[in-house]
Amino acid sequence: MMKSLIRNTLGVIAICFIGFGSAQASEEGATPHYPIEHPKHVHWSFAGPFGHWDLAQLQRGFKIYHEVCSACHAMKLVAYRNLQELGFSEAQVKAYIAENEIEVDAEPNEDGEVEKRAAKPSDLFVPPFENDEAAKANNNGALPPDFSLLAKARAPERGFPNFVFDVFTMYAENGPDYIYSLLTGYQEAPAGVKVEDGTHYNPYFIAGPALAMAAPLSDGQVTYDDGSPETLDQYSKDISAFMMWAAEPKLVERKSLGFKVMIFLLVFAGLMYFTKKKIWSDVKH
Amino acid sequence: MSGHSTYAPKTGFGKWMDARLPIARLMHDSFVSYPVPRNLNSFYTFGGILSLMLIVQIVTGIVLAMHYAANTEVAFNSVEQFVRDGNFGWLFRYMHANGASMFFIAVYIHIFRGLYYGSYKAPREILWILGCIIFLLMMATAFMGYVLPWGQMSFWGATVITGFFTAIPMIGDSIQTLLLGGFVVDNPTLNRFFSLHYLLPFMIVGVVILHVWALHVTGQTNPTGVEVKKTSDVIPFTPYATVKDAFAMVVFLIVFAWFLFYLPNFLGHPDNYIPADSLKTPAHIVPEWYFLPFYAILRAITFNISIPFTDIVLIDSKLGGVLAMFGSIAVLFLVPWLDTSPVRSANYRPIYRWFFWLLVITGIALGYLGSRPAEGGYVLAAQFFTFLYFAHFLVILPWLGKFEKPTPLPASITDAVLGEKAKA
Repeated sequence: MMKSLIRNTLGVIAICFIGFGSAQASEEGATPHYPIEHPKHVHWSFAGPFGHWDLAQLQRGFKIYHEVCSACHAMKLVAYRNLQELGFSEAQVKAYIAENEIEVDAEPNEDGEVEKRAAKPSDLFVPPFENDEAAKANNNGALPPDFSLLAKARAPERGFPNFVFDVFTMYAENGPDYIYSLLTGYQEAPAGVKVEDGTHYNPYFIAGPALAMAAPLSDGQVTYDDGSPETLDQYSKDISAFMMWAAEPKLVERKSLGFKVMIFLLVFAGLMYFTKKKIWSDVKH
Repeated sequence: MSGHSTYAPKTGFGKWMDARLPIARLMHDSFVSYPVPRNLNSFYTFGGILSLMLIVQIVTGIVLAMHYAANTEVAFNSVEQFVRDGNFGWLFRYMHANGASMFFIAVYIHIFRGLYYGSYKAPREILWILGCIIFLLMMATAFMGYVLPWGQMSFWGATVITGFFTAIPMIGDSIQTLLLGGFVVDNPTLNRFFSLHYLLPFMIVGVVILHVWALHVTGQTNPTGVEVKKTSDVIPFTPYATVKDAFAMVVFLIVFAWFLFYLPNFLGHPDNYIPADSLKTPAHIVPEWYFLPFYAILRAITFNISIPFTDIVLIDSKLGGVLAMFGSIAVLFLVPWLDTSPVRSANYRPIYRWFFWLLVITGIALGYLGSRPAEGGYVLAAQFFTFLYFAHFLVILPWLGKFEKPTPLPASITDAVLGEKAKA
């Protein structure tokens, strides 16, 4: 019964294989693979098991965000109070809101009109545009992505075998490496590469040969008051670090708890190992 | 197998309870005096690890559900808000997301252990089938859970996977509409997925109880594949298996913690940090890593199956892919009857052992191919490995049992253990 069933099954499979090919789907031309260049590797303070924020760097990154990026890019999941995590005091955060006259919609008043009120530290960052459509209209039809999670949402594939090594080297900085590489990667398009009007060639861009955003940063554009070099390279590192913080604000907390958990588990595993050895010592197995 | 109960309540309350609801006796017989073969190796600890992971997933899941809102407008932000502002929200979230991956790592090792040692053979067919059902439920749960954060991959994964059902002739479209609660993935889809994602784990618990029950009726297999014959073959579950399982769990937790604390996004897809957008299709839609082998099989069927020398299409490529994918899981249910060898353990099956490792390589290769775009050489390779996968179960297993000459089996577990020790 079983035998004949199997024989029949195999027969059917054989017949089907003779018949196949009648409609072989033709995949014409492999889709080109982006990004063209793999991201450059930067040494980040927050990499590795003991990673920590470089607060001065985050503050510089925030300065760049404030002076340059925030003109187009929202950061809707981050609140002003979160800036205290960058080492600013509560008074400084309030001063920042006041200086920049940041306002948000108030609750409707008794006449049902929505007025503006000064933002509080508990308010989320006010986006530069009312809505996505307005953002597109002001940016040649391209929507500048929100910064809140970008450092985690842009991580080009590592490919085999790198992704295997990454498990052991704890490489998890693909996102900030990508952002740094993109910001420093604008260049003339090589001959033969067609760049559409209104886009800018960048071999590090994840979704094509060119992107709508022109190079946003250049040497000397933002003034630093801590003596750090005012170069594109430094700016790009600082804003990338800041964006990593925005995307993963609990990174340092996570890694430091992780270290304690690891120590605990290793000691626990050691104890369990010797307990097991003792218990099994009288049983050959 | 459990046989005579050795439970003897000591306290007055214990005796009183035992005469009314002998739950302590049940626990004692199942997890203390329950006899296990003395020669179980580390691969037999994954059952315990899986139970632990199920509990971890349920506990973290319940906490996450307290902070989650199943509404397309707010779902994405509700998750982020908990991660950013909730007490240890990041820990619960990453534990749940990485816990799912760890759960699948453990279940794959558990399944392959069963295949290697022939754990599915009589009288353990029901035990095996219950395991297959758990695996199916896990896949459904994991898939629906991945939709809940409402990121780009959540949305497009749901769109692609529910699209499978439209391949079914006649009723496919209606089934898809029922699943989605509409014609496209939208708020009703998210709501029912959340409901089911909360329900299914408890169904898994139920089937796990049956699985353990069936296990305790037949008793464990062991690396020799020889059934327990005498009392010297077995040792009591506690303390022997208990301490061994506990050690294995801690080691497994170290691996879990490594990903959880240092590489929490390694196993996820970056695109899921982009809120779902029904107007913007990601460049490559890929499922979670643990579905990749099945995804590769799905996409390997790029051809229509027709009656030879005619233009009559029996099964178009879409339905063929879906059938192959579901077939790749369905075939697991039949393994107890497809394998005709009387010998359980691959340790005594010199040829099967090679095919077993070929199957492992096939699974890994299909997993890799599932992550690649479906084009050119990747498709051909996926077709080749899909063929190998099915050939293993439908051709190798039935035929090999008849050809293969097993090496001599030990008379008993005790003999195997003491014999090996004597040699060493």
